[in-house]
Amino acid sequence: MARFDSILDLVGDTPLVALHPLSPSPEVRIWAKLEGQNPGGSVKDRIAVEMIDAAERVGQLMPGATILEPSSGNTGIGLAMVARLRGYRLRVVMPDNVSIERRQLLEIFGADVVLSPGAEGSNGAIRLAEKLATEDPSQVMLFQYGNPANVDAHYRTTGPEILRDCPEVDVFVGGLGTSGTLMGVGKYLKEHKPDVRVVAVEPPSGELVQGLRSLEDGFVPPIFDPAVLDRKLIVRPRESIEWTRRLLDDCGIFAGISAGAIVAGAAKTAETMERGTIVTIIPDGGWKYLSSGAWTDDLDVVEERATRINFW
Amino acid sequence: MAVEVRLPTLLRAHADGAASVPADGATVGEVFTALVAKHPGLQGQLIDDSGSLHRFVNVYCNDDDIRYLDQLDTKVADGDVISILPAVAGG
Repeated sequence: MARFDSILDLVGDTPLVALHPLSPSPEVRIWAKLEGQNPGGSVKDRIAVEMIDAAERVGQLMPGATILEPSSGNTGIGLAMVARLRGYRLRVVMPDNVSIERRQLLEIFGADVVLSPGAEGSNGAIRLAEKLATEDPSQVMLFQYGNPANVDAHYRTTGPEILRDCPEVDVFVGGLGTSGTLMGVGKYLKEHKPDVRVVAVEPPSGELVQGLRSLEDGFVPPIFDPAVLDRKLIVRPRESIEWTRRLLDDCGIFAGISAGAIVAGAAKTAETMERGTIVTIIPDGGWKYLSSGAWTDDLDVVEERATRINFW
Repeated sequence: MAVEVRLPTLLRAHADGAASVPADGATVGEVFTALVAKHPGLQGQLIDDSGSLHRFVNVYCNDDDIRYLDQLDTKVADGDVISILPAVAGG
């Protein structure tokens, strides 16, 4: 029965939908998990619930506490939704060049947004959040990049849902941000179906982050385990936008721009296969990216815009 | 093999400001050796003291991260594009 006590009960159990029109071969099937169907609008609702539940279990989060988190958007929005219902305050440290809609959503949910220099990307947001946490240790930083609950959320829910709905899966293609989705789903699938291959798609954020002073400012999330992956691909901004359009034009799916990158990676992976089944992830819907002009403006204009505004 | 090497913003100062430089080699490692010979400022930026790829550098041969190919022994072909990117977070 589709009747629930809380909006949080709707997190997870998202549908798989065929992207067959985007496959280069009828022998290779591509299915996408529509994470934009989560109530907060993205895959990050899963980790928001899991990280807050885990922190409550160990007594790290007390009633009325303030949560502090670096996020370029979706994790912040998921946390804001959960925090609102559970009575926590939330401060999100976010690069100042992310799409305006993310900031608007955070503010609507009552989160306090602290901006970090956009030129330093998420690395800069992480550094600023760490500094703020040191200044006021009463704030609780859940730190998605290092929190095992991020991986657990996907190991416990996303992975099992994929195997339940698509037992014939041969390859999982996911996007690399914190690496939580790839680590959790990848570990679960490999444990239960050892032949499954796991492919990571890296969004081209490294090209957009212009403000790193040295390579030592780089960042590899502590939860990332390179052994879970079999292949890692990079997809360029222009391709990401093109595939975001193809998702809409050929499949009727209005998805965020990172979905375009991931699906481009899934299609490239499909080109290397004679037959088989790929499962991929569409992390969010297109709503938060309307201001990018991705569907309406000239491709060159959107590509140039993507060098200034972080759509990933 | 003649390849194109694309440099991230923070390494361009070591290569006279160029975003992209040509280099030769049969593997990514050889290409990097040739690159450092031409632009000594890149010494230590790509490869660490133990001879491995710098921890905070991701290197792509065309679309593929070389850590999941043959690392620095990954073979390159004429016209390949080697992209060097700093490791950054998302999320």
